[in-house]
Amino acid sequence: MTFSAWCVLLRYQPLRICKTPRNLNFFKPAYSTSLPDSMEKPKVLITRNDVPQIAIRKLRELCDVDIYEGSYPMPRDQLLARVAGKDGLFCFLTDRINAEVLDAAGRSLRVVSTMSVGYDHLSLEEMKSRDIKVGYTPDVLTDATAELTLALLLATSRRLLQANAELNNGGWGRCVWGPVWMLGKGLSGSTVGIFGLGRTGQAVLKRLAGFNVAKFLYTSTTKKELRAKFNKDAFAAMKNSAVFINTSRGGLVDQEALVWALQTGQIWAAGLDVMTPEPLPTDHILTTLPNCTLVPHIASADVKTREAMAELAAENLLGGLIEGKQMLKRLC
Amino acid sequence: MEKPKVLVTRCDVPEPALKKLRDLCEVDIFEGAYPIPRDQLKARVAGKDGLFCFLTDPITPEILDAAGSSLRSISTMSVGYDHLDIEEMTKRGIKVGHTPFVSTDAVAELTVALLLATSRRLLQANAEITNGGWAQCVWGPVYMLGKGLTGSTVGIFGLGRIGQAVLKRLSGFSVAKFLYADFVEQKLDSSFPPAEFVSFERLLQESDFVICMASLTDQTRAKFNKEVFTAMKNSAVFINASRGGLVDQDALVWALQTGQIWAAGLDVMNPEPLPADHVLNTLPNCTLLPHIGSSVESARFAMAELAADNLIGGLFKDKQMVHSVN
Repeated sequence: MTFSAWCVLLRYQPLRICKTPRNLNFFKPAYSTSLPDSMEKPKVLITRNDVPQIAIRKLRELCDVDIYEGSYPMPRDQLLARVAGKDGLFCFLTDRINAEVLDAAGRSLRVVSTMSVGYDHLSLEEMKSRDIKVGYTPDVLTDATAELTLALLLATSRRLLQANAELNNGGWGRCVWGPVWMLGKGLSGSTVGIFGLGRTGQAVLKRLAGFNVAKFLYTSTTKKELRAKFNKDAFAAMKNSAVFINTSRGGLVDQEALVWALQTGQIWAAGLDVMTPEPLPTDHILTTLPNCTLVPHIASADVKTREAMAELAAENLLGGLIEGKQMLKRLC
Repeated sequence: MEKPKVLVTRCDVPEPALKKLRDLCEVDIFEGAYPIPRDQLKARVAGKDGLFCFLTDPITPEILDAAGSSLRSISTMSVGYDHLDIEEMTKRGIKVGHTPFVSTDAVAELTVALLLATSRRLLQANAEITNGGWAQCVWGPVYMLGKGLTGSTVGIFGLGRIGQAVLKRLSGFSVAKFLYADFVEQKLDSSFPPAEFVSFERLLQESDFVICMASLTDQTRAKFNKEVFTAMKNSAVFINASRGGLVDQDALVWALQTGQIWAAGLDVMNPEPLPADHVLNTLPNCTLLPHIGSSVESARFAMAELAADNLIGGLFKDKQMVHSVN
């Protein structure tokens, strides 16, 4: 299904539920749901409080919702304490959900729903072995992620951060309009190589189509070989004039090799939305390199996309918890 | 025969262009990698046959007088010529050349880069890495949210060469609707996404992204004023990569501060360079770039060579300018 089709599907559901008469008795809704009156509402934990309201509303209608009070990752000890006895967990890529957390939750935990498409923070094998259903949010963020990849590529190739700094450091004041000042690399006539032509890779390819690129290349590999794939050899093999962009996961890059490559001119520049660790320490060497453009993991950060992700994650959670409902996007 | 004398108003011109000039002319090059001071320009243009200049050199009747009657060929290394008094030059029989086409791709690309940097808040987001904001939030569901092109309406004011190149580049971004306003309807072939020719008012009312790609003329000066920003959606993103003079800048500041529009991205402004303490530079919803539209090596080398060819074309009776303004 395309992104726009997902948006339509999700928007019908709230309309149906909202047609109910207002009823202050939260535990006995006037409309029929798949939840018998005699049954307790499932208990769910949401691991931070800045989730779009549309998702919270959906969950509150059918569940007993415990929301961690912070707009930052839930501290581990609190997570372990408050997941105890919960039926469902609504979490984020910053919450490492491994055997320790599953043990702390106990046998009640039936569903884990992550508001992300990546799931490297979830111990899937553990969850499978405990018959825990896992939901995630693919597709709805493909457009936003591909768009941010282009934004980052262009910001890197056209040196936007460096150029903007020249407004403040006197550089523009001196040069004004220089024929060879702040020269960047153009996409016109270039060769673009995409490593990983899945959903997002294809959406990136589509967006690059209008930029007079001379040639597109792509390759991929089996999942086993991905960690630190971009290492010293890889950067040495690239052109010295090459621009490297990573908006997938920081773990694909040997970061020290990248620093070396940028400092010694093995490649011309790099743009990263993902890195190790996240967040990066404020004084990390990558933040000091003029040919490195960094953004703080904002690939899916647009208003409509995050609403869609939150709704989908809520629907996934309800789908796994409520009899008669289905998880829309199930990992396992 | 004596070689024609030409003045080049700054020293950081790509060498292939200077070589072309040196082969056929006596070349006087201002020594600085910055705009030639006015008094030096007046002094050194005296008696010159040709002038190789930049958009930072306003060539007014005063300069033409200082040059004297020898001056017959002016070549600007730019597409825009609002810094040149074309009417006066034409009256004096001076041929004027400029450098269209060869920088179209680079400028259109920078316009899209600026749009995305503005709509996805790249500068603000980048600052969070060093100011501790990211450390606090890590990955927040509603952190640093931007505006997506997907499903949006994009309105382009001025669908000339560069406007069309911008349209082409945006075609892959799942934009729902393209609108444009211009003096006349443009004939677009099938390589372009469909774009509807609308009134300026409709463009403002319906667009989520308004991109100004027009030339600066008496008709377009300060076109984007208080009424215009009010007519735009409060959620709109305004992009200007053409000329600063098309915008009433005080009105833009007001519009950004009061939420008449959501954000603006500018590659051109008034003055250039902008003072570092200018209010535009303090607004979180304003993304500024220092007029780098065509700053790609291949484009600049091509512009320089073309400007040299134009200059030479205007100096020799048996030659022609490649692209003349008048």
